Amino acid sequence: METLTANKYTYKDFANDQEVRWCPGCDDYVILRSVQKALPEMGVKKEDVVFISGIGCSSRFPYYMGTYGMHGIHGRAPAIASGVKLANPNLSVWVITGDGDSMAIGGNHFIHVLRRNINLNIILFNNEIYGLTKGQFSPTSLVGQKTKSSPFGNTQPPFSPGELAIGAQARFFARIGGNAPKEMTDIFIEAEKFKGTSLVEVLQNCVIFNDGCYVKYTDKSVREDKQLFVEHGKPMIFGKERDKGLVLNKLKLEVVTIGENGITEEDILVHDAKEKDPTMHQMLVRLEYPLVTGIIRSYDDVTLEEREDALTAQIKAKSEFKKTDDLFFSGETYEVK
Amino acid sequence: MITAEKPRTQAEALEAVVIRFVGDSGDGMQLTGTQFSDTSAMFGNDVATFPNYPSEIRAPQGSLYGVSGFQVHIGSVEISTPGDNVDLLVAMNPAGLKTNLYAVKPGQTIIVDSDSFAKKNLEKAQYVTNPLEDGSLSNYRVIQVPMSSLTKEALKDIEGLDQKMITRSKNMFALGMVYWLYSRSPEHTIEFFNKKFKTKPHLIEANTKVLNAGYFYAETIELIPNSYSVSPAKMQSGTYRIIMGNTATAWGFLAAAEKSGLELFLGSYPITPATDILHELVKHKHFGVKAFQAEDEIAGITSAIGASFAGDLAITTTSGPGLALKGEALGLAMMIELPLVVVNVQRGGPSTGLPTKTEQSDLLQAMYGRNGESPVIVIAASTPANCFTYAYQAAKLALEHMTPVVLLTDGYIANGSAPWKIRKVEDLPEIKTRLVKEGKEDWHPYNRDEITLARDWAVPGTPGLEHRVGGLEKDAGTGNVSHVPQNHEVMTQVRAEKVRRVQSFIPELVPEFASEGDLLIIGWGGTYGSLHTAAKQLYDEGFRNIGFAHFNYINPLPKNTEELFSKFKKIIVCELNTGQFASILRMNFSREFLQYNKVQGLPFANTELIEKFKQIVE
Repeated sequence: METLTANKYTYKDFANDQEVRWCPGCDDYVILRSVQKALPEMGVKKEDVVFISGIGCSSRFPYYMGTYGMHGIHGRAPAIASGVKLANPNLSVWVITGDGDSMAIGGNHFIHVLRRNINLNIILFNNEIYGLTKGQFSPTSLVGQKTKSSPFGNTQPPFSPGELAIGAQARFFARIGGNAPKEMTDIFIEAEKFKGTSLVEVLQNCVIFNDGCYVKYTDKSVREDKQLFVEHGKPMIFGKERDKGLVLNKLKLEVVTIGENGITEEDILVHDAKEKDPTMHQMLVRLEYPLVTGIIRSYDDVTLEEREDALTAQIKAKSEFKKTDDLFFSGETYEVK
Repeated sequence: MITAEKPRTQAEALEAVVIRFVGDSGDGMQLTGTQFSDTSAMFGNDVATFPNYPSEIRAPQGSLYGVSGFQVHIGSVEISTPGDNVDLLVAMNPAGLKTNLYAVKPGQTIIVDSDSFAKKNLEKAQYVTNPLEDGSLSNYRVIQVPMSSLTKEALKDIEGLDQKMITRSKNMFALGMVYWLYSRSPEHTIEFFNKKFKTKPHLIEANTKVLNAGYFYAETIELIPNSYSVSPAKMQSGTYRIIMGNTATAWGFLAAAEKSGLELFLGSYPITPATDILHELVKHKHFGVKAFQAEDEIAGITSAIGASFAGDLAITTTSGPGLALKGEALGLAMMIELPLVVVNVQRGGPSTGLPTKTEQSDLLQAMYGRNGESPVIVIAASTPANCFTYAYQAAKLALEHMTPVVLLTDGYIANGSAPWKIRKVEDLPEIKTRLVKEGKEDWHPYNRDEITLARDWAVPGTPGLEHRVGGLEKDAGTGNVSHVPQNHEVMTQVRAEKVRRVQSFIPELVPEFASEGDLLIIGWGGTYGSLHTAAKQLYDEGFRNIGFAHFNYINPLPKNTEELFSKFKKIIVCELNTGQFASILRMNFSREFLQYNKVQGLPFANTELIEKFKQIVE
C-alpha cells in the first residue's frame, strides 16, 4: 500500500450512494461510520481497499462502502479474503463477519485464517444472536438465554471469541463496545497497521432480538466502572475514580483498590500486548469483572505472505525454468518424424 | 479455439496388463508370480506367464546376475504372449530394478521395496547414486514402499519365526499390494497357504498376515493402477513426452496463465484421485504459481473466488464429494460472474464410494448441483494427453466469458499416461481477458460484451472502478442489489444466454468412421479410448454403417449435434453411469437414445462393447 503524504480522503470518500438498511438504532451504523472515519487515517488508497463479508446483518456492510467489496456466502469470508490477499498482497483486505457467520457455519475458516496469520483485518460483530434469520441463539449466546430457537433457555455453552481466537494463534485481538466510536476508530487504525491477521470484536447491540445484552458493561453510567480499557505499556487501571486495578494473586487476576491495604499504582500490572506468550492475554479475555476492552494482544510475527514471498523468490532465483516451455521440454522427450 | 490433438493414435484403453515381479532369487518371486497368475485365471482373465530365473539356484544375494523375475500378462481379451512392455514392475531390490527397467515404458508404474535401496545393495547393483533420489526415474510413476520394515512390523507378534523367514515373506506383501491394485481377492492364495503349510500353522498365519498387510496398505495409500497403454500407432511428427493426465491438467493451467499474462492461483484440499494436480502445481513457484492448500474443500473454492476477484487465473481441483461441498460457492462464482475453473477428477460414487476407481457419475452434479438456476460451462477431457488441451480451454473460456467452468476428468485418464505432443505456449490460441485497466465514465460492473454477454472484469487496485459484487440478485444495469421481480427474470436469462452463446466458440463434433448410417456410438470424457478401440475394430471388420462421436463439450453442446444425430438411424449413448448424458440429450433432442452403461468402477471392456454394437446393427 502506497502511503499518502497528505490525507486527501474524508469519510465520505468511503461511503456510497446506497441506502443503509439496518434497523434504526443498530450499532452497525456506529461501526460503519467508525470504519469510514478510520480509513482516511490509514494512508491507503481507496482503490486498494477491499471489504469481504459472509452472510448475516453485518455482512451487508460491503454494499455500503465506496471501496471494492464482495458479499460472499455464509461463513466463507475469511477464505475468500485469504484468496484476495494472496493474489494481491498490496491490498488492504477487511473481513466483516458476525458471531454466527464466523464461529458457527464459518468456524473452520475463522480458526485457520488466524493460524496462518495472513495480513488482513477481521471485524467481528458480536451481538450474541442471529439477527437476519430473526432471533435464534448463536455460538456466543449465553446458557439460559431465551431465543426463538431456545424458548425454554439456551442449553449450549458459548464461545468466548477472544479465547477461541487466541487459542487458534491469533496475534492481534482487540475488543470494544459498539457504542464507543472514537476508541473503535483508533483500534481499526491499529488493526490495519498491524502486520498479520487482526481480529477486532465489537460488542454490538441488536436492538430487535437481543437488546441490552451488553448494557451492564457498556452503558455510559457503568462503563468506566465495569470496563478496563487496556493500552500497551500502561498500568491496567479502571473505574470512575481511576482507583481500581489488576494484580496477580497466585495464578489469578485480582481487582484491587489503589490506596487500600497498602496498594499503590506501582503494584498494578502493566499491560504488555506485544508479549508472545498468550497466557496473560487469555486471562484478560476471560475476565468478567472488569470486562477488558482495547487491544489485548498485538504480537508481531511473520505473516504467511512473507513466508511465501521469501520461498518464491528463493526458488525463482535458482530455478532453470523461466517459461513454461522450459518445463515442457525438460527431462525425457523424443522426436517423431 | 483450441483443437484437441487427435487422440486416436495416442492412448488406447488397456485391455491387458503386463506385470513383472523381480527380486533376489531368494525373494520368492516365482511363487509371487504364480500366485498372481493363478488368481487372475480364476478371476476369468486370460493369462500368459514368463518365468525368468538365474541358473544358479542361490546366486550371490543382491547381485545383478542373481535377479529372479516372473512376468504375468493378464487381460480381458485373448492373450497370446507374455507381453512386450511392462505396465507394472515390482522390484524388491536395486539389482532387480536395474536389470528390468529397460522393459518399462516411461509413464508406467514401478513399485520398489525402498528398504532394500541401502548402500550395500546399490553397490552390488552397480548404482553410483540412488535411483530413487537422483531423478533418473522421473519419467516413471515410482511408488516407494518400505516393504521389509512393514513386513517385519506385521509379523512382530508371531512366535517361532526367525529373521530369514520374516525377510522372505516380504514377497507376499508385494503380492497383496498388486491384488488390491488389480481388484483380485487374496482368498485363493490364502487357501494355498493352508494347504502348503498344513503342518506349520505359524507359517500360514505369517504369510496370510503379510499378504493382507500389503493388500490393506495399498488400500490405505489409495494406490491406483495405471490405466492406459501406449499405443505404437502412427503419430503426428513433433517432440513428444510421456505425460500423466493429472500432470497434463496442471500444465494446461500453467500455459493458460502465461498466455493470458495472469498469475495462477490454485485453492485445493487433498482428495483422491485429484491430489496429484495440487502436487504438481506446488512445484512451480518459479512461475509464481500460488498453490494454496486450504482447510477444506469450501475454502479451496472460496479462496480461488477471492483470487479471481483480485485478478488471478483461479482454479480449484477436487473429486466428486469435494464438488458437492463446493456447490454453494460455485453458485456464488456464477452469480458474481467471475472466471473460475473447477476440476473434478471423477471417481466412483456416491458418498465416499470407490475413491480409487473410475466412474462418470458426476455429470449431473456438474450440470445442476447448485441451488437456483445456475448454469456453468461443463467440458470433459477424454485422454491423458488432452487433459492439457481441455485445462487450457477451460481457462480460456472462463476468462473470455466471465463464468465458472467445470472441467471433468476421471481417475482413469488422470492416472493414465500417454505420449503428449508438446505444445509451445506461443502456438496456443490467444486468451483475451475482460480486464478493465482504467476508470471510465458511468461504468458499471455488469457492463457486458455484446456478443458473448461476458461482463467487465475490474479488479481491486484499479482506481475509479470501485464496486461491490455479491450473491444477492443485482440490477441488470447498475449492478446494485435489486429485488425487482422482472429484473430477476432478466438476469436469470442473461446468465443462461451467456453460457448458451459459448456454443459459437467451441468446435463442432467430428464423427469418426462414418458420418451417416445405422448406428452412432456416443460417449463423453474418459471413455474415449475404449469406445474408439471398439468402433475402430468394427470398422476394420468391415462395418461401414457405424459412426462414433465423442463429446468434450457438454454445456453448451456443440452446434452441429442435432444435425449429426439426424444422420443416423440409431444412437447409443455409452457411459460409466446409469445414463446421465443420455438424460441430458433427451432433454435437448426429441428422439430415441439407446444406452450402454456400466457402474462397476471399471472402464468398458472391448468385448462387451463390440458384442452390444453388433447386436444392434445385425
